Amino acid sequence: MVLTGAEIVIRCLQEEKVEYLFGYPGGAVLHIYDELFKQEKVRHVLVRHEQAAVHAADAYARSTEKVGCALVTSGPGVTNAVTGIATAYMDSIPVVILSGQVPTAYIGQDAFQEVDAVGVTRPCVKHNMLVKDVRDLAASIKKAFHIAATGRPGPVLVDIPKDVTAQKCEFAYPKSVAMRSYNPVVKGHSGQIKKAVQLLLEAKRPMVYAGGGVILSDAADKLTKFVKSLGFPITNTLMGLGGYPGTDKQSLGMPGMHGTYEANMAMQYSDVLIAIGARFDDRVIGDPAHFAQVARKIIHIDIDPSSISKRVKVDVPIVGNVGDVLDEMIKLLDATEERSDPDALATWWKQIDEWRARDCMKYKNSDEIIKPQYVIQKLWEVTKGDAFITSDVGQHQMWAAQYYKFDKPRRWLNSGGLGTMGVGMPYAMGCQFAHPGSPVACVTGEASIQMCIQELSTCKQYRLPIKIINLNNRYLGMVRQWQEFFHGNRYSESYMDSLPNFAKLAEAYGHVGLEVDKPGDVEGALREAFKRKTDLVFLDFKIDQTENVYPMVQGGKGLTEMILSSEDL
Amino acid sequence: MRHVISLLLENEAGALSRVSNMFSARGYNIESLTVAATEDPSMSRMTIVSIGSDDIIEQITKQLNKLVEVVKVVDLSEAAYLERELMLIKVRATGKDREETKRMADIFRGRIVDVTESTYVIELTGSATKLDSFIEAIDKSLILETVRTGVSGIGRGDRILRI
Ligand SMILES: Cc1cc2nc3c(=O)[nH]c(=O)nc-3n(C[C@H](O)[C@H](O)[C@H](O)COP(=O)(O)OP(=O)(O)OC[C@H]3O[C@@H](n4cnc5c(N)ncnc54)[C@H](O)[C@@H]3O)c2cc1C
Ligand SMILES: Cc1ncc(C[n+]2csc(CCOP(=O)(O)OP(=O)(O)O)c2C)c(N)n1
Ligand SMILES: [Mg+2]
Repeated sequence: MVLTGAEIVIRCLQEEKVEYLFGYPGGAVLHIYDELFKQEKVRHVLVRHEQAAVHAADAYARSTEKVGCALVTSGPGVTNAVTGIATAYMDSIPVVILSGQVPTAYIGQDAFQEVDAVGVTRPCVKHNMLVKDVRDLAASIKKAFHIAATGRPGPVLVDIPKDVTAQKCEFAYPKSVAMRSYNPVVKGHSGQIKKAVQLLLEAKRPMVYAGGGVILSDAADKLTKFVKSLGFPITNTLMGLGGYPGTDKQSLGMPGMHGTYEANMAMQYSDVLIAIGARFDDRVIGDPAHFAQVARKIIHIDIDPSSISKRVKVDVPIVGNVGDVLDEMIKLLDATEERSDPDALATWWKQIDEWRARDCMKYKNSDEIIKPQYVIQKLWEVTKGDAFITSDVGQHQMWAAQYYKFDKPRRWLNSGGLGTMGVGMPYAMGCQFAHPGSPVACVTGEASIQMCIQELSTCKQYRLPIKIINLNNRYLGMVRQWQEFFHGNRYSESYMDSLPNFAKLAEAYGHVGLEVDKPGDVEGALREAFKRKTDLVFLDFKIDQTENVYPMVQGGKGLTEMILSSEDL
Repeated sequence: MRHVISLLLENEAGALSRVSNMFSARGYNIESLTVAATEDPSMSRMTIVSIGSDDIIEQITKQLNKLVEVVKVVDLSEAAYLERELMLIKVRATGKDREETKRMADIFRGRIVDVTESTYVIELTGSATKLDSFIEAIDKSLILETVRTGVSGIGRGDRILRI
């Protein structure tokens, strides 16, 4: 069948079962938009800014097991999309971005709305390509979806010149992709896996450190089975929350800069540490030299060899997919009666319980002023711990991560690696499209929300009943906190003056807005918001301006050097 | 430590910039980089000379392998290998310097490939150190220009890099 390039693009998306295409039109993609118009299978979502298109596609992927897809025009369309692409890249999220390009004959001539999309995005994509010939189009798109979703996932950009979308050729969608240069390892080395299991069974102070790789591998059930069968303590990184039930007693919560006392102490003082789909990020282990002070054996499962021994030398590297490797490990455990020394494990748990008894998450609640932690606890109660929660970046993000206990994977959507303010609402959009009818809440701050506030309009157009939980402290809170701790209380440019009336702003966009400033009204407001099944409700909580996120490990310090409360300052 | 890394990659537009981009983005050092198509025109062979600790070189090879267009990577300097570089060097050659320069070129097994009344162009191949030594050996003030290709490397004997 002979089709135009634009028809081929749409056919490819249909073949890939793309439900939603988040995008924004422009000259270079007009042929593609024309074809979108003529069909119904791929539903286009018109955002208000290309950054939001990529974030929404990214959230669609984060909250499902599928690849997200976005479409932008050339030039400014692409540059606007870059933040979204980099955000997905840092968290290894599978997204395919189609960008329009000026006609091939104009490339390199500083043509109208020309930007070297492949060049601009190269450092923040898993792969990208410029399709100069319509005969390569179908194969390129097929490749893009394949590369985005396999191995260590990531964003892939396909740049398509306008003339290519008009040219015609015979269309056949390739059934499979064979690339001699790209064959990610899935199965782990069986010898290494045996060695790892042996080490775990001999451990006296074992610790499981699980990350985003567990979520990306859809291996939460396997991880839970594995950890239960061993009886070991586990910590889940910010990206790994929900990979193991957060309400289970073997869960020590999150590690790292704002992790729990018990998780950080157990990370540091374990004798065998198994890292599963986690990358020893600087926000997690702090200073690698301090971390290395304690002798321990480290097992590391990761699909990307370059994640292994990057920041921390490991003893048993296992390159492979978390799910496959855990299957092997569970098989080995099922086949043996042997378990780690119960006395040693009991002593270890006793130690952990002592650390836990410090109750590092306690905070002083108030009847006068709303505490952000309290809002999140109530949010958790009101949604029975079963909502999809997105967040922006800042203090509110940490409070959401700390006080909402995620029991299921793909329920917590945030920007961990790039830390992009502005993701919260577009993430909620992508997530709500993927899960119509499920409660979706965006925990945000008055600064972050303003970075993509225009998307309130998109939410109206598509009737997305998102609940926005604005923890409004009138400060770039996370910045203010650092200035308080490390810059002598000089709050340089971290106060947000001239804030809009958010409730009214939401109303102006056609939504429901509510201001809440009394602790006693928090729960009622949340219940009311979630009762409104068809409305977007913007809850503007006026919270304690001076509240800080604890515990905290200062940048460059060791994991055990935590500030637990204001008394430690 | 100096390492000579050899790779096979798809001979596609942009593959080279992907490699060089990776080095600059991650702050790795490139002493030299050479690339050209192999006997199979769909594939290029690249030789990169880099200096770094074992940890850094390990990351470099892993990061190279991670690039979608890279087919194979080997650290040649891990075992027996050969390296060659070509240099063209133009020197002033007048009076007694003419004889002296010719003599030095002979000692280093260089060839004079262009002659004018006042200049020579000498072609010299060898390891990077040999080329360095030649530059050291002749009178610096005579050098008009030098151009070097960067190192190409190949494993000895049974060490073969192909798919
Ligand atoms: C304000 C702020 C504060 C933060 N504070 C903290 C904090 O206190 N604690 C914290 O934990 N984080 C914190 N972060 C997040 C931090 O920056 C990192 O993003 C995060 O710790 C990385 O999580 P991860 O190690 O699970 O790796 P991810 O970024 O999720 O990477 C996943 C790893 O798994 C691998 N992988 C992917 N798929 C598979 C598969 N199928 N099989 C096997 N392996 C796979 C990948 O190769 C990669 O190595 C903070 C971020 C911000 C913005
Ligand atoms: C796009 C972007 N710019 C700047 C930053 C640096 N930054 C991190 S947190 C933060 C303040 C966020 O303020 P707000 O959204 O009100 O959240 P709060 O910390 O007050 O809860 C800033 C400016 C960032 N992460 N992203
Ligand atoms: Mg704020």
